[in-house]
Amino acid sequence: MTIGRLLEMANDILIEIKNLSMYFPMTKGIIRQQKIAEVKAVDGVNFFIRKGETLGLVGESGCGKTTLGRCLLQLIRPTSGEVYFEGVDLCTMASDHLRSIRQRMQIIFQDPFDSLDPRMTAGEIVAEPLRVHTQLRGRELREKIAELLKIVGLDPSMTERYPHQFSGGQRQRLGIARALSIRPSFIVCDEPISALDVSIQAQIINLLEDLQGEFDLTYLFIAHDLSVVRHISHRVAVMYLGKIVEVANRDALYQVAKHPYTIALLSAVPIPDPIVEASRERIILRGEIPSPIALPPGCNFHPRCPIGVEICQREIPSLREIEEGHWVACHLA
Amino acid sequence: MGILLQVRDLKTYFYTDAGVVKAVDGVSYDLKEGETLGLVGESGCGKSVSALSILRLIANPPGKIVGGEIFFEGKDLLKISEEEIRNIRGNHIAMIFQEPMTSLNPVLTVGLQIGEALELHRNMNKKEAREEILRLLKMVGIPDPERRMNDYPHQFSGGMRQRVMIAMALSCNPKLLIADEPTTAVDVTIQAQLLEVVKELTSRLGTAVMLITHNLGVVARHVNRMAVMYAGRIVEQGPAAEVYAHPQHPYTIGLLASVPRLDKPRKERLAPIDGQPPNLILLPPGCSFMPRCSHRMEICSNERPELRPVGDGHFTACWANIVK
Repeated sequence: MTIGRLLEMANDILIEIKNLSMYFPMTKGIIRQQKIAEVKAVDGVNFFIRKGETLGLVGESGCGKTTLGRCLLQLIRPTSGEVYFEGVDLCTMASDHLRSIRQRMQIIFQDPFDSLDPRMTAGEIVAEPLRVHTQLRGRELREKIAELLKIVGLDPSMTERYPHQFSGGQRQRLGIARALSIRPSFIVCDEPISALDVSIQAQIINLLEDLQGEFDLTYLFIAHDLSVVRHISHRVAVMYLGKIVEVANRDALYQVAKHPYTIALLSAVPIPDPIVEASRERIILRGEIPSPIALPPGCNFHPRCPIGVEICQREIPSLREIEEGHWVACHLA
Repeated sequence: MGILLQVRDLKTYFYTDAGVVKAVDGVSYDLKEGETLGLVGESGCGKSVSALSILRLIANPPGKIVGGEIFFEGKDLLKISEEEIRNIRGNHIAMIFQEPMTSLNPVLTVGLQIGEALELHRNMNKKEAREEILRLLKMVGIPDPERRMNDYPHQFSGGMRQRVMIAMALSCNPKLLIADEPTTAVDVTIQAQLLEVVKELTSRLGTAVMLITHNLGVVARHVNRMAVMYAGRIVEQGPAAEVYAHPQHPYTIGLLASVPRLDKPRKERLAPIDGQPPNLILLPPGCSFMPRCSHRMEICSNERPELRPVGDGHFTACWANIVK
């Protein structure tokens, strides 16, 4: 990584996270609350996202990926660390300044049933961000809503319908229309297709890709489905128990993964082809995912790691760049 | 291998205020002893309802098994008495569900719950049951079983709870295990563990398995034969290798084409199935898949296709002849 290359890339970076941590305290007692433990949901995370790219963030439940997405957007304020958006640290920003930046960062949620107000019509749902952040009203607002619905593949005649009158995939499209309405540059997609049927997932993925091209969007795509992440991402980061264990370009991660957790994760994904499946080597991890309250000493992954050695039990491995653009947190990589 | 289960033209309808939901509308399949059958489809296709119908676990009202026969070891399960079917549930046919937290009793220890089936169906006394519970917990890979059998379900992780469910289900050595989306609620690494446990145990015990899932990858690895369901009917069935290699029904073809695969080069664009999932109250006449089908013809809107053979043990319910 030359200085020249770094400088070249620095101009492209939209988001940079430095040492981000989110610790949730666990308290005991009603009148006098004592802190008895901490859930280290996100623990010293570093990465960047370039303008126009999709960074995939994968990991299993409890790894902290959803919390990370929310901390990034300051929907929950992180315990420590820095989040640079277009060069400015959001963590130290006052609420009213943050509000204006919020126009440029949006989120699409996982549950198309929970994330839409059941008492608002489709039109009202999509209009809400526009009412908050712009002066658009009346006929101009209505035209804008119709345009947005068309962009996401919904019929503008549906503006008066309520969420329960739409299918899951349609509701997700509504969520996307809402996120797009004020022309953000960055969207956190938090498991946007996990709750949808398989045949609809592909529709939504294609839509997100088309929109990225058309509106020059940058995505943080959070998911646990590795096959989908591979399709839509340019680079991928893997999380385990609050820490990033590997970051690489998409092809590098899927073809030459270096971290033992990534390798096990990839081998656990079933492939829809009986002949291929019968001949695959499987790495079945021992044991359970430990609780983020009682983290093991040293490397978080060592109790389940098939290749762990002595140093892994003592020293936490740091995220190191082992090849250009490929970072791994493992003593043995 | 003998035939263990024969489902013939099963129809289960739900009578709701909005109309009649034809959840299962004429489904037939066979299951041989020791075989694993995959029942595949998306939400609402009728796969879970057809399995619940086998054990007569359909809530009435609003549900009702309105037609068909289910032969298990020669007896029609839909015609036997309530007492006889209770003797079959948990004993000869066992079931595990998607959400172990809702299917395990939260106020009873795990040991007591497994013991219940043993005392009921195998007439064991407390001492014999305890030995057997320990053996079962070890068999499904739960560490420290002596201590764990006195723990409550909430003290186990999701994957461990599922193992408890598997232990309970296999405790009476059933001939058939129905697994309804057993790994949908768990992570992919735990899913891999659980499915290996089920596979290993059932092949050792000679148990037939009906694996219900929407995950095409899970089916590929773990089943011998599969049946694809859409809108309450089976649209394609056959040996898994054959159906994956040469799918004949446009829905199966569409489903397989829409899923990104880790082992193939990345496609520029995914190929989704157009349209929306069907409304089971207002199904179109003729073939239910017709509104979304790129091979549709005039006959498809008028006449509902039945399953016809297209290969060795391979059947499809489609008027079009898809060239292999």
